[in-house]
Amino acid sequence: MRIVVEHGSQKVYFSRYMKEITTMVLNEALKNVTVLGAAGKMGSGISLLLLQEMARLELEQTGRLGSGGFVLNLVDTNETALGELRRYLRKQLVKYAEKNIVMLRIYTKDNPALVDNSDVIESFVNDSQDLLRTNTDPLSAKSSKLVFEAIIEDLDVKLGVYNNLNRVCPPDTMYFTNTSSIPISEIDSKAGLGGRIIGYHFYNPPAVQKLVELISSAGTTTDIKNISMELGKRLKKTIVPSNDKAGFIGNGHFLRDVLYSFDLVSELQKRFAPHEAVYCVNKITQDFMVRPMGIFQLHDYVGVDVCRHILAIMKTYLGNPGFENETINAMYKNKIIGGQFADGSQKDGFLKYEKNKPVGVYSLQENRYILFSEGDWTRKCDDHLGALPKSYTPWKALLGDKKKADKLGIYFKELFSSDAAGCVHARKYLECSRSIARELVKDGVANRIEDVNQVLENGFFHVYGPENTYF
Amino acid sequence: MKKLHKKIYVAAGYYTVSFGSGRKEFNPRKPMPAFETYLAETAKGTLSQVKNPDAFDEGVIANFMAGRFIKQGNLAGFLPNMVPCLKHKPCIRVEGACGSGGLGLATGIKAVLAEQAESVFVAGFEVQNTVKAVYGADILAGAGYHGGERKAGHAFFFPGVFSDRAGAYYQKHGAELARRGMAKWFEIAITNARKNKRAQEFHNAEKDLFALGMMPPNPKAFVEHLNFFDCSKVSDGAASLVIASEEGLARLGVSEHDAVEVAGFASAEGNITEKPYDLTDLDTTAAAGQRALQMAGLRHGDIGTLELHDCFTITGLLALESLGFADRGTAAQFVLDGHTATDGKLPTNSSGGLVGYGHPTGASGVRQLVDLQLQLTGKAENQAPIKKDHGLMISMGGNDRTVTCVIVKRA
Repeated sequence: MRIVVEHGSQKVYFSRYMKEITTMVLNEALKNVTVLGAAGKMGSGISLLLLQEMARLELEQTGRLGSGGFVLNLVDTNETALGELRRYLRKQLVKYAEKNIVMLRIYTKDNPALVDNSDVIESFVNDSQDLLRTNTDPLSAKSSKLVFEAIIEDLDVKLGVYNNLNRVCPPDTMYFTNTSSIPISEIDSKAGLGGRIIGYHFYNPPAVQKLVELISSAGTTTDIKNISMELGKRLKKTIVPSNDKAGFIGNGHFLRDVLYSFDLVSELQKRFAPHEAVYCVNKITQDFMVRPMGIFQLHDYVGVDVCRHILAIMKTYLGNPGFENETINAMYKNKIIGGQFADGSQKDGFLKYEKNKPVGVYSLQENRYILFSEGDWTRKCDDHLGALPKSYTPWKALLGDKKKADKLGIYFKELFSSDAAGCVHARKYLECSRSIARELVKDGVANRIEDVNQVLENGFFHVYGPENTYF
Repeated sequence: MKKLHKKIYVAAGYYTVSFGSGRKEFNPRKPMPAFETYLAETAKGTLSQVKNPDAFDEGVIANFMAGRFIKQGNLAGFLPNMVPCLKHKPCIRVEGACGSGGLGLATGIKAVLAEQAESVFVAGFEVQNTVKAVYGADILAGAGYHGGERKAGHAFFFPGVFSDRAGAYYQKHGAELARRGMAKWFEIAITNARKNKRAQEFHNAEKDLFALGMMPPNPKAFVEHLNFFDCSKVSDGAASLVIASEEGLARLGVSEHDAVEVAGFASAEGNITEKPYDLTDLDTTAAAGQRALQMAGLRHGDIGTLELHDCFTITGLLALESLGFADRGTAAQFVLDGHTATDGKLPTNSSGGLVGYGHPTGASGVRQLVDLQLQLTGKAENQAPIKKDHGLMISMGGNDRTVTCVIVKRA
């Protein structure tokens, strides 16, 4: 290593050598992979990404699929869901093959049976099925070199699985946990994995969202870090490092943002009914703050139960009793938990949905949804919030706009000089979001403020990061 | 070369919107107009220009791949549905890949010359948006030699074929000038299409078209030597017209002033199983053009407007050179100098061409002759000054394999 440091040219050589080694190790490891919790919301997307990469790799190496040399083991306790998962993967693989037809034709150029694009696509989709194994027993991962875990966010359950796997899997198996909040060091030390585990936190839906939050603990091995980076590139993900503090960057920001939303609801309840306050805050966070969805819609999207659970984890590991909320607990108690149906449509939570669009707000007091169409209460709220700044452009229109930066600059200038209540609340909210981001850096969760921005922009689809030059 | 022994007229031309990406009303997730809609519209458009719609003797319908795009064969059977008087009269479907329309025209002209008919209703159509582009490429690849070249071909087969031609042209005559010429071709095509309400690119509002045309090709996503703007798009549409003798025209009740006269025509075929001897030459196009000019007794300087088969911008440049309207290696500069623009010395594809109007394959040849008729009768939406009496069109199928050239003059 000293020679490497002292001689520039050899340093380059050494780094290239290490990259080649990583590529070789990853290629070998990708021959047998297990996804735990494969049929779940996150697991199915992770399974798809891995299947695509493994099939691509097998084609690249052999020109054919189904050699038996590559196995993707899909494990889930729900057997019925595994059947659905196969159908989902098949459907998505068709899209993948159509999109990557140029590459697939090159890989299959020596196969005389595949002439038309349709031949190549059909063969790819059909033969990719040969890579798949489905199982309900986590111990079926015993031959896997890479194990991706996307099971329930519960340390005890996770430890039960990891302890068993550590007994049966090869000693060099690497574990990638999709935990969004539990410290990696906790799992590592309690399951005795010797640093062969890393936080590989995909965002929902994993096949679409660009972000993977990469969480290393002090004991995480260099090998798994290198493999993680290389795999991230292969999966075309933006890897953002986060330090091993409960909630990491993504939930670290999101749940503090959620807690602030309840503070604002309380403030607004001085002059509004609770459901009206929720409506206002959702509107402020979506429209006035130009976000893809309001905070309560996002809360429902993640799941009220999931948010509650993550808060509990953060409360435990960060030792902060503030990570708890009465309203969330009450909603959970009433079994109003949001999340998605099997077809991906939104379940009711804080808000009621029709065709995935909010149409009402849940009232804990009345134990029912009060629809936007009931009376004129939404108009009263809208009147209070006031008009959006004139230069307002909806989030969706800004997403692909080349002049996004200019437009946001003008918009926030107007927002910050307006006296309208909606603008005033949005301002405070934006400042709070920025404070949270800065705190994440100060507390050592994020290495840099840019990483927080990256997470918000790539994982939450925001069109601007909390730290910006607009305001 | 035999001269035409009788007068042949072209009249009552009509074509539909070229429907596909670029049109505001196009939404691939919503149901699209069925092929019958296009057939009905174009027939109505032609018949509305004819006083006696019962006077047709024969019908020709041109189409490339309806059997695969819409699973419909026996297309001649639709002609009596379009033009009721054709029931129990001779009707034929012709196919010559993207040159089907040209073949349809030649078939109609020959029927009149052979004195089997005094008036022929000629239509062409294609509906391609029924499948995704990746599968449409398979279907269109049928214009090549499937057993001989499809396997080694590009996923997007014909863009790959013409990318190879572009690459050879770059090497021979210089890439930079060629690319600029191709970008200018694109710019002129879209500028013209914006003046043609039925063009697929009518709604195109891009400000810097030339810059768009200069976008470097991306071989990973597409092909090596062409960008997306060098290509005509996937299109649905139909076109139709009347081909008639003097007597036929009179029977239909169409004035000669509304018609143009065929001065010469020629079809030429290349061997589909052979590779082009020179990728920078369209020798079949050259053969058809030369024979049509001979038949008409004309020289290049007598031609005042062109309708070229620019399935790709490079094909437009190659056609200009192969036909002899530009010297070898000079077509790019010819285009950059503005000679092919509506106000240039040789207005070309003034309604947008295949790049601007669109390329509903089986309809294209027929649509091109409709546009020549409109230009030479002074009725075009994007009318070029009529400085000369003659216009020439090239309809091309496959990789310069099935080519028809028709030259018309003001009646």
